Amino acid sequence: MIAFQNVSKIYSEHASALHDITFKIDPNEFVSLVGKSGAGKSTVLKLLIGEENPTKGRVIFGSYEVSKIKMSALPRLRRHIGVIFQDFRLLPNRNAYENVAFALEVAGYPQSEIDELVPQALHMVGLGNRMKNFPSELSGGEKQRVAIARAMIHRPEVIMADEPTGNLDPFNKWEIIKLLEKINQLGTTVILATHDKDIINNLGRRVITLDAGRVIRDEEKGKFILV
Amino acid sequence: MFTVLFRITKYGFQNFARNGLLSAATIGVMIIALTVFLSINLSHYIMETALIAVKDKIDISVYFKTTAPEDEMLRLKRSLEGLVEVKDVEYISRDKALQLFKDKHESDATINQAVSELGENPLSASLNIKAFDPKQYAAISEYLSDNALNSLVDKVTFAQNQTVIERLSLIIDTLQKGGLVLTAFLSVVAGLVIYNTIRLAIYSNREEIGIMRLVGASNTFIRGPYVFAGILYGVIAAAVSMILAAPAVFFVSPYLDVFVPNLNFKNYFLASLPVLMLYQLALGIALGAVSSYFAMRKHLRV
Repeated sequence: MIAFQNVSKIYSEHASALHDITFKIDPNEFVSLVGKSGAGKSTVLKLLIGEENPTKGRVIFGSYEVSKIKMSALPRLRRHIGVIFQDFRLLPNRNAYENVAFALEVAGYPQSEIDELVPQALHMVGLGNRMKNFPSELSGGEKQRVAIARAMIHRPEVIMADEPTGNLDPFNKWEIIKLLEKINQLGTTVILATHDKDIINNLGRRVITLDAGRVIRDEEKGKFILV
Repeated sequence: MFTVLFRITKYGFQNFARNGLLSAATIGVMIIALTVFLSINLSHYIMETALIAVKDKIDISVYFKTTAPEDEMLRLKRSLEGLVEVKDVEYISRDKALQLFKDKHESDATINQAVSELGENPLSASLNIKAFDPKQYAAISEYLSDNALNSLVDKVTFAQNQTVIERLSLIIDTLQKGGLVLTAFLSVVAGLVIYNTIRLAIYSNREEIGIMRLVGASNTFIRGPYVFAGILYGVIAAAVSMILAAPAVFFVSPYLDVFVPNLNFKNYFLASLPVLMLYQLALGIALGAVSSYFAMRKHLRV
């Protein structure tokens, strides 16, 4: 379970990102965070993985109180969360296989398990025949699928996707959304931050709408409405 | 644990190889620093040898009155030998002094003739006293100025050499303290230069570090490969600095050996090779590992 309780994030007198937001996300939910640029979507995700600390309020993830977590406990928390970004963030000098394996290596998985899990994950995202290709040899959609395989390889409880389709053409965009839905069906909570109207309206899932750092709408089967 | 260590080592080698130019630059700076340290180390030995030679030439001579009985003189010798400051006391009897004088002026007929015309031995017996430390001559001289010895002692040469002895003591002290200060200063400068070079190498890998954090790598796992690469820089720089030093030592050795008595620079270098290499390795590894450790700190804060 994820809970934001009266969370505010103020960077300075003139730059505040979130104002007293409160919401809860249950296990296996598919939740979209929508809002204009600067509405606070990315800040919510950063607070959840402990990249930022709230100025006020509590951020809870399962048994962790993220807002009070010690630096030394952050890696353990992050192994419960898979993260996907708009700009893919793949290691340019490692091939698709190595990029995915990297997430398991840093978590201390034995090599035998890595050799078994990585091909499975790459097959699942449809890249079984592109394992040896480097990011520069992959299309935008393929890069994002490698990023998804990396995010889900260690079977996290939550996948957090920050504008994952922002750099993709419509065909690839829907491929990625289908993948996220599939991951959700397999039992993983998905939090999708986006400002893509089509995606939200077609998903028909829970939508939390942010505006100027405030939650202005939280609907079970939401639509893309910014005002 | 073994898997983590293996992966840290693997990534360390990868970081080292991928940042070829920056690795070369870091090693270059380290080679300069380690060569300077090696030079200080070697010059310390040269200085020590030179100082021992100079110290060896300093002594106090006590000249006895020609009427002084030999057993009294020998008693004074024994009492001087009992002093903690005294390293060695040599007794030169009147006869031996005359023999030494004659030997020294063997080829000078005028002096020989003058000595034989005197009929009796004009030279006094003496004690040559060597201290462990030149600074201790003042205390020995103090001991010899005791009034009870007035009937025995004609003169003590320390008073005449005092200024030279004190000045030499001061030079020796200053050189040793100066060497320490220079070593400390160079350590700080080399540490800062290497720290900044490694920081640059780490900065160029910041995206990779960001991804490591994102996928839940522990601080040890993120820092480990960089510290390992730092150790690798240190080992290579230490080996290269020794390889560069060897021909230089062989080249200057004959000139230095002439200049400094009892010095055999080449032999010393060859005999001390394992110890010197160990010093270089220890310093190189410490500089590389510590600099990398601290250079990584900023990237581990989030």
